[in-house]
Amino acid sequence: MKYSAFSIFRQGLSGNKGWQPAWRQPEPKGHYDVIIVGGGGHGLAAAYYLAKNHGITNVAVLEKGYLGSGNVGRNTTIVRANYLLEGNEPFYSYSLKLWEGLEQELNFNAMMSQRGVINLYHSDGQRDAFARRGNAMRLAGEDAELLGREEVRALVPFLDFDNARFPVHGGLMQRRGGTARHDGVAWGYARGADSRGVDLIQNCEVTGIRREGGRAVGVETSRGFIDCTKLGLAAAGNSGRVAEMAGMRLPVESQVLQAFVSEGIKPFIDQVVTFGAALFYMSQSDKGGLVFGGSLDLYNSYAQRGNLATVESVMEAACAMVPAVSRVKVLRSWGGVMDMSMDGSPIIDRTPVDDLYLNCGWCYGGFKATPASGWCFAHLLATGETHELAKAFRLDRFTRGYQIDETGHGAQANLH
Amino acid sequence: MASLITCPHCGVRPKEEFTIRGDAGPMRPAPEAAFEVWDAYVHLRDNVRGVMAEHWQHSGGCRRWLVVERDTFTHDVHSVVDAAEFARAQAAKPARTTTASKAATAVKPGKAATAAPKPAKGRGKP
Repeated sequence: MKYSAFSIFRQGLSGNKGWQPAWRQPEPKGHYDVIIVGGGGHGLAAAYYLAKNHGITNVAVLEKGYLGSGNVGRNTTIVRANYLLEGNEPFYSYSLKLWEGLEQELNFNAMMSQRGVINLYHSDGQRDAFARRGNAMRLAGEDAELLGREEVRALVPFLDFDNARFPVHGGLMQRRGGTARHDGVAWGYARGADSRGVDLIQNCEVTGIRREGGRAVGVETSRGFIDCTKLGLAAAGNSGRVAEMAGMRLPVESQVLQAFVSEGIKPFIDQVVTFGAALFYMSQSDKGGLVFGGSLDLYNSYAQRGNLATVESVMEAACAMVPAVSRVKVLRSWGGVMDMSMDGSPIIDRTPVDDLYLNCGWCYGGFKATPASGWCFAHLLATGETHELAKAFRLDRFTRGYQIDETGHGAQANLH
Repeated sequence: MASLITCPHCGVRPKEEFTIRGDAGPMRPAPEAAFEVWDAYVHLRDNVRGVMAEHWQHSGGCRRWLVVERDTFTHDVHSVVDAAEFARAQAAKPARTTTASKAATAVKPGKAATAAPKPAKGRGKP
C-alpha cells in the first residue's frame, strides 16, 4: 500500500478500516542467500538496499526483540556530516545526501528536519580547530559555516554568552544537518525491505554461528537452525557477543550512554546546539520536549541504563550552556548500549571467517550513518568487495596502524 | 550500580570517589613479545557480558588501584581487592579460568587471525 494524502483521504471515508500491517510476520525458511543478524536501523537498511540495489531478495533479518528495539529507537535523532578526517567525511556526507531523499525513497514520513547543527566554541584554539574542521568538510563537498559570536546570538539568543569560564565566541554551523524521527527510519526501511520480499523475523535470537571449513554456513537461533550463503552481523552493542560465537574478539567495548527528554515547552531552540566546553548537545522535538545528552557513563555495560552521577553532570552542562533550562522538568531518561571501537570509527568489513561480514563499532554516532551504512554493507554482502565510501572502515586497520581517530585519544574505547 | 563501594583500605565510600579505568583482563606483554600479542593487548577485548574484573582507582581517597569484580549487565559489584593483591593471587594460581589470566596468556592461533590477515613479520622483536 502506497502512503499518500489521497490514501489518508480514502481510508478516512471508509472508517480507517482498510489499513494493512506495514510488514509481514513470516516464519523463518530453511535457507536464505543472506542473513543479517540485528533488526535495527543498520540491519534493516542493509536488507533494503540488498533488495533494491542488488536484487537479492532471499534475505532474512533476525531480531531478538522487536524491530528497532535497540539503539535506533533510543538515540537523540541527530543527523549531521561534520567530521574532520578523510576516512569519515565522504561517508557521512553521502549518508546526509541519502537522508535528504529518504522519505520519498521509502514512501514513509521520517520527519527529516534540516534545522542546522551548531557546534559552539569558547576559545581561540577551539575556533581554529573548528575552522580546520569546517574547511575539511567543505573540501569533501559539505556545507560548513564559521559563525561569529553575534551571528550565533541572532540564532540562539538564550545561551550563556558571557559565562566567566566558557564564554561563547561563536560556532561551526552545518545548515543541512538536523534531526529525523528515529523510529520512523527503522519502520520505513523495514516496510521497504518487506515489500521487496525480505523476511523480517522478530523474537528470533541468534544463539550460535555454525562454521564448516572456515566459512559461516548458518545460525542457530531460538527458532531453530537457519542455513545461509552469506551472514552479516549488525548487532551494535551486542557485536562482541555475536562475534564470539564465530570465535572472534573485536576491537570493541560495549558501554552505556544516557539520553534525556524534558517536558514539552513552547518553541525554544530551533537548531541542534552542541556545547564546546563539555560533551553536551540539545535540540527540541516536534512535541516540544528538549532532547539532550552528554558523555558516556565511562564503564562497560550491557544494561541499557546508567548512573545518577552522569545524570548530574549532564544537567550541570545543560544549565551551564542554557541557564534558562534550569527550571524545566526532565520527563524521561534512558540508556543505550554503544559499541565503542578503539578509534571511535566504525567497521564495515569482511572477517577472517569466510562468508561472514561485520558491521559494528558505531560508538554513539550510528544513527546519522544508518542510510550509508546500509548502502555500503549491502554492497559488501552482495559483491564481497568493500564499498568505495567505506574503504577506510577495515577491521584490520588497528593491526596495520590506520586508525581513524577523530579525537586523537588512542586505543581507549570510552574516550571517543 | 551500588552507590557505596567498600575500599579495602578506606572502608565504605561513595562510588563517586572512584574512577573506573576498565577491563583488568589484558595484561601488558613483555616488551619483546610478538607483534600479534601486542596488537591483541592494545586493541582486542573480551567485552564481557556478566562478571568482569575491572581496574578502578580510588581517586578521591587513598588513590590505590583496585580490582573490582562487577557484573556488566546487572551492575552488581561482587568484590573489591587491591590491585597488587589481585596480581599476586593471579601469579600464585596455576593459570586459567579468570578473564585476566585468559587474556594474559594472549592469543590463541584461531583468534590471532581476527584482525590480521598479514601482520608485519618480525615487528616487535628485538
